[in-house]
Amino acid sequence: MLTILFDGVAYGMLLFVLACGLSVTLGLMNFINLAHGAFAMAGGYCTVILVNRLGVPFALGLPIAFLFTALLGGVFERTLYVHVYPRSHLDQVLFTIGLVFMSVAAVDYTMGSSQQFVQIPDALQGQFEVAGIGMGKYRLLIIVICGLLTIVLQLILAKTRFGSRLRAAVDDQRVARGLGINVGAVFGITFAFGSGLAGLGGALGAEILGLDPTFPLKYMIYFLIVVTVGGTSSITGPFFASILLGIGDVAGKYYVPKLGAFVIYAIMIAVLIWRPQGLFARGTAR
Amino acid sequence: MKTRADEIALYLKRRARWSPLEIAFWVFAFATIWLFPSKYLILKDTAILALFALSLDLILGYAGIISLGQAAFFGLAGYFSGLVAKYGIINEPVIALICSGLVAAALGFVTSFLVLRGSDLTRLMVTLGVSLMLGEIANRYSNITGGADGLQGVDIAPILGLFRFDLYGHNGYVYCLVVLFVCFVIARRLVYSPFGLSLRSVKGNTLRAAAIGIPVKWRLVAIYTISAGFAGIAGALLTQTTAFCSLDVFSLERSADLLLVLIIGGTGYLYGGLIGAVIYKFLQDWIANLTPQYWQFWIGLVLVVIVLVGRERMAGWVRAVRGAIARLGTRLAPRSAALGGAAPDGR
Repeated sequence: MLTILFDGVAYGMLLFVLACGLSVTLGLMNFINLAHGAFAMAGGYCTVILVNRLGVPFALGLPIAFLFTALLGGVFERTLYVHVYPRSHLDQVLFTIGLVFMSVAAVDYTMGSSQQFVQIPDALQGQFEVAGIGMGKYRLLIIVICGLLTIVLQLILAKTRFGSRLRAAVDDQRVARGLGINVGAVFGITFAFGSGLAGLGGALGAEILGLDPTFPLKYMIYFLIVVTVGGTSSITGPFFASILLGIGDVAGKYYVPKLGAFVIYAIMIAVLIWRPQGLFARGTAR
Repeated sequence: MKTRADEIALYLKRRARWSPLEIAFWVFAFATIWLFPSKYLILKDTAILALFALSLDLILGYAGIISLGQAAFFGLAGYFSGLVAKYGIINEPVIALICSGLVAAALGFVTSFLVLRGSDLTRLMVTLGVSLMLGEIANRYSNITGGADGLQGVDIAPILGLFRFDLYGHNGYVYCLVVLFVCFVIARRLVYSPFGLSLRSVKGNTLRAAAIGIPVKWRLVAIYTISAGFAGIAGALLTQTTAFCSLDVFSLERSADLLLVLIIGGTGYLYGGLIGAVIYKFLQDWIANLTPQYWQFWIGLVLVVIVLVGRERMAGWVRAVRGAIARLGTRLAPRSAALGGAAPDGR
C-alpha cells in the first residue's frame, strides 16, 4: 500500500518536471503546445546515446540532456514557434501535432522503433526497506531530484526579478509589456528552460515510462491532464495535479489493471466539468 | 411589393442552388465506379474518410468547435454495427447503419453538454478524453469486443437483401458512395437552411448571436449531435465493408488525421472534407510507396507547412482558382451566371 503511494509520488514528481514547462507556455502565451513530449523524448534519447554509446557517466548525462533540450527548445521557439503565437488555437494544435508526427518518424528513422533503456549505474539499482516500505533506489533519486527542482523553481518564481517579470507577464501580458518588460524574451527563456526540464524528465523517466518513438503521443495526454487539471496560473497547481495523477494512475493500474487508464480520464473529465479553468485556478477568469 | 421575408427566402434559395461545378463533382465521383475498377479498396476508404471529415466540418467549420474526439463516435458505431451483425440482431446493413448513426448521435447528445463548457483547450481535452475512455472500455470488455485482436467473425448480410459484399469491393464501394452522397445532401440542406445560418452567426460572434435571440447552447448541442451521427455512420460503414473492427478506431491518430484531412481541404464549405480526403489518401498512398515506414514524417511536414504558410493565404489561392473557373464558366454558358451566388462563400 505505502509502496504504491511511494511509486505514485515518484511517478507524479516525474510528470511534474515533464509538464511544468507546458503549463508556463499555456499560461503565458495561451499557446497549446502538443509537441512538448517531443522535447522530453529528445532528452531521453540524448541520454541514451551519451550513456550507452559514448560511455558518459549517468550523473553527467542528465545535465547535458537538460542543456541539449533547452538549446533545442530555444532554437525551435525563435525560428518556428514565434510565427504561430498569434494564430488561432486550431492552427496551434495542427502545427504542434505536425511537429509530433515529424519527431516520431525522425526518431524512428535514426534510432529504430524498439524500446531504449538507459544504463543506470549499479549503485542506483535495487531496493531497500524503510519501516516496511519497499523503496526503489532509483525512484528515491527521482523524488529527491524532482523535489529539489520544484523548490528551486518555486524560489526562482517567487524571489528573483526574472520570476516576478514572468508572473507579471502571465497575469497580464499587455500591462507587463507596457511596464517595459520584454515579454518575448522572457517567454523565449522560459520556453527553453521548460523544454530543458522536459528533456531532463525524459532522461530520468526513460527507465520508468519507457522510451520509444511513440513517446510524445503516448504521454501527450498525461501532460495535458496535468496542465488542464492543475490550471496555469501557478506552479503549485500543476504540482499537486501531477502528484494526484501519479498516485491515481499507479494505484489504478495496480488495483484494477484491466481498466487501465480509464480512471484517469474519468477523473479528468469530472474535474473539467466541475471546474473548467482547472482545479487550483484562481477565481478570476481572464 | 416584396416583403423583407420574401427577399430573404429568395436569397437563401438562390444560395442553396446546386452549381454546375458541384454537379460535375458528383458526376465524376459516381463515374469513378466505372473509371477505376482496380482501385475499389482505396476509393472505398476515401469515401468513408470523406464522410468522417464531413462530420467534423459540421462542427469545426460551421460551429467553431475544435474536437480531437470524433473517433469516439466513429468507434462506438463501428463496434455497434459489428456486434449487431455478429449476433444477428439486425441483419440488414442499411437498417444497422441507421441504428449505428442513431447510437452515435445519442452519445454525441450526452457528451455535448460536457463539450460546450470551457475554453478551446478544455474542449480538446474532454473530446479526447471521451474517445480514450471508450477505447479503454472496449479494451476492458475484451470478451465482447475482442480486445486487442479486434472484433472478428462479423458476417454482414447482403445490402437490402440483394447485393453481397464481394471480394473486389465493387458493391462495398458503391454502397459507401451512395451513403456518402445521401449524407452530403442532408448536410448541405442543413447548412443552407436558416438553422445553418444561425450556426454561422454563433461561430462568428457568440455574444451577438445570443443577443439577437439565437439559442446558442441548443444550436450547438443540435449540430454536435448531428455531427456525431454522421461520424457514427462513417464508422459503421468501415466495419460493414471490412467485416472487422479493432481498437484503433478510437485512437488519437485517427482524430488527428481527420483534422489534417479537413485542413487540407479547407473548412466551412462542406466540400473541404471530400476534397481533403481524396488528396490525403492520394498523398498517403504515394508517400507510403516511397517510404513505407516513415510516411508520418511527411504528413507532419505538410501540417507544419500549412500552418506556417497560413490557411487564409491558401484559401485565397483556392478562391482565385475558383473565381477563374467561374469566369470561364460564365463565358462558356451564360446560364451558369448563378454560380457566383451559389458558390459556397466559405474559407
